[in-house]
Amino acid sequence: MKVKAKVKNDKVKVKLLVKHPMDTGLQKDKNSGDLIPVKYIHELSCVHDGKTVFLASFGRAVSKDPYLAFSFSGGKKGDTLSLKWVDSMGDTEEFEAVIK
Amino acid sequence: MLENRRKILKRIVEATAVIGAVLIMPKLAFAKWSKAFDADTTEAAMTGLFNNTETIASDKVFLKVPEIAENGAVVPVNVKTDIENVKSISVVAFKNPQPLACSFTIPEGTDSDVSIRIRLFETMDVQAIVETHDGKLFSVQKEVKVTIGGCGG
Repeated sequence: MKVKAKVKNDKVKVKLLVKHPMDTGLQKDKNSGDLIPVKYIHELSCVHDGKTVFLASFGRAVSKDPYLAFSFSGGKKGDTLSLKWVDSMGDTEEFEAVIK
Repeated sequence: MLENRRKILKRIVEATAVIGAVLIMPKLAFAKWSKAFDADTTEAAMTGLFNNTETIASDKVFLKVPEIAENGAVVPVNVKTDIENVKSISVVAFKNPQPLACSFTIPEGTDSDVSIRIRLFETMDVQAIVETHDGKLFSVQKEVKVTIGGCGG
């Protein structure tokens, strides 16, 4: 996961990119010709200071390597953001980002 | 000895806190994902997500999508709104195999302004839905022409 969080005009602007195939179940494996099973991120959360400031739920229509941008108030430079996603197969990734 | 006991006690407290956080946090953070995302009709998706299928067209919801998307696999979408009391913002792609693309919970203090990239199967209308805390659904929709579809391949 790549996360950029910056304070601008009293708000924290967060941009993030998750490395994930977001398989829809419609694509075929190029070598075997078999369908690649469905595997996509269900939810991604961003927690600041114990509070969930953003919660995204995804369907399979979200592009491969999902990109998200949002902003929230109340964060300051040096604070930590805890991000986490979980996918349809139960895989997860956690990430901490420092606000710049 | 005393020093040691303090350390042990401190460790126990820390460990308990961590276990507690692990047990409680995922439930708090991940409680919203709904089967509606796997629904294959817009109606089923709307019912599953909002328990409501009636949207009110609104000029206070702003949907930014390209008029023509050369690559349906990566279509940038931005949704903003001036409406207050926003609970969630969702994006529906009507002709996708599963129409509900994504939904964002907007807690107090978070801007009603989100960007994401989605896939579009073919040329279709994309709808942004803003849900308010009193259960109303405000929407706007725009057509995106897709040159190369983005779901299979």
